Amino acid sequence: MSLPMSVVSCVASDSGSESAAEEDIDVQGVIFGHIGDAYEWHITDIGDRSISIPLPVIVKSSTGWHCFLSSRLEDGAVYEGLFISESEKNSGKIVEIDSSGNEVRPLDISITKNVFALMINSTILVALILCCSRWYRRHDALKEAPKGVAALLEPVIAMINDDVIKDSVGPGYQKFAPYLLTVFFFILINNLMGIVPFFPGGANITGNITITFVLAFITFLLTNLTTNRYYWKDIFCPEVPFWLKPILIVIEVFGMFTKPFALMLRLFANIMAGHCLILCVVVMIFITAKLGVLIGGSMTVVSVVFGIFMDCLELLVAFIQAYVFTMLSAVFIGLSRERPQEEKGR
Amino acid sequence: MSLLLPDTGLLFWMVIIFAIVFFILAKFGFPVITKMLDKRRDYIDSSLRLAREADEKMGRMMEEQSRMIAQAREEQNRILKEAAQARDNIVRKAQEQAQDEARKILEEARVKIEAEKESALREIRSQTAMLSVKVAEKVLRQQLSTDKAQIDLVYRMLDEVTAPSKDKN
Repeated sequence: MSLPMSVVSCVASDSGSESAAEEDIDVQGVIFGHIGDAYEWHITDIGDRSISIPLPVIVKSSTGWHCFLSSRLEDGAVYEGLFISESEKNSGKIVEIDSSGNEVRPLDISITKNVFALMINSTILVALILCCSRWYRRHDALKEAPKGVAALLEPVIAMINDDVIKDSVGPGYQKFAPYLLTVFFFILINNLMGIVPFFPGGANITGNITITFVLAFITFLLTNLTTNRYYWKDIFCPEVPFWLKPILIVIEVFGMFTKPFALMLRLFANIMAGHCLILCVVVMIFITAKLGVLIGGSMTVVSVVFGIFMDCLELLVAFIQAYVFTMLSAVFIGLSRERPQEEKGR
Repeated sequence: MSLLLPDTGLLFWMVIIFAIVFFILAKFGFPVITKMLDKRRDYIDSSLRLAREADEKMGRMMEEQSRMIAQAREEQNRILKEAAQARDNIVRKAQEQAQDEARKILEEARVKIEAEKESALREIRSQTAMLSVKVAEKVLRQQLSTDKAQIDLVYRMLDEVTAPSKDKN
């Protein structure tokens, strides 16, 4: 479980040999290993040797700060009192044994696979957008048509800015445009990089609840901190008969939290499910490989066809989810800034 | 399920990374791009408007032009017509003048001829008188060659003179 990707690779590299036929494939381990996090970035296995990029582990345990490469913890090794747990509760996490003999998790801010992938993707994102903005700085957009990255990104930025943000947020949208555009491209690039099956892609970032939680939480803060008094009046003093008020207030307050919560879960579930499905289709090849040449061969063809289909679908989903997240964030912000005249005008 | 629980380390890094990304993009990335896009959209809008206005102006100018051409053509026709009229006038006047002149010449000629004729007649008349006198002289000389004839004549002439005085008495 600690190095789940290696199971896939093991199977992949050894499926032809006889030893693999005897091995049982841990499908759950493979899939959850992939969509979860890890302390090292496993790339592939060649024969019995596993090839992976060790990443820095940064933990503050009872004995103070520790900082070392994850390669020291390989194969259950213990380093400075720390090791990777295999228990049910802390499975796959770095733990230490406290004085009473229990496993405790230290404060863990390691650069894990997801963090590392996040850094790579963010670098790509920043480089792309800065390339684009640099073009506009260097050239007069009134006299030239954009080229290169700018030409690629301009229609997308224009679409999100004009069709989504301007329409949904309404007047004063300029204040929120940078955040919403950042969110859109952040999600989009992480989604797309997640589909790439090899380093530096393949990490399940937007399918991780932590990431979507942070994004949804920022939207929640923006929605509730930049609002006007009509918004609070609608929540705490809605214009309904008095006996309905307690019920409605509860519903409205609840709704304040369910909106970003839905944002968080939607993105997380969609991307995670996509990764799961593709993995299932791929693992199918190795499961059926044991059942003989005919079934294995035909299932391989089916799996490849399904895999192609799923990948195309994921490309679509990657865009749609980024779009939906941005649009709903914009709509929530827009609703919280709405003025009552506008409501009557509808 | 660990899948549904946020992880502290990832949360920490995510907040930092996202904050940095957001800071960079919001400061140097998107505002530049969106401002430029807005500017260009405005520019395109105004350019389209200007093009439309120029088109309209062009149409008006074309109209003006064709109107001017038509006017010029009319003017041309008018001038040509006037010229033709003037020419006709001049020709007619010249003809009239020529006729007058001719008539005058004829008149003078006739007057001269008349005068000539008069003088000729006068001469003929005087010549004729001279001739008759000469003839009468010759005749008289012939008739009065004898004395008797002369006395007869004196008598007849005396008769003639006395006859009217008898009628008076």
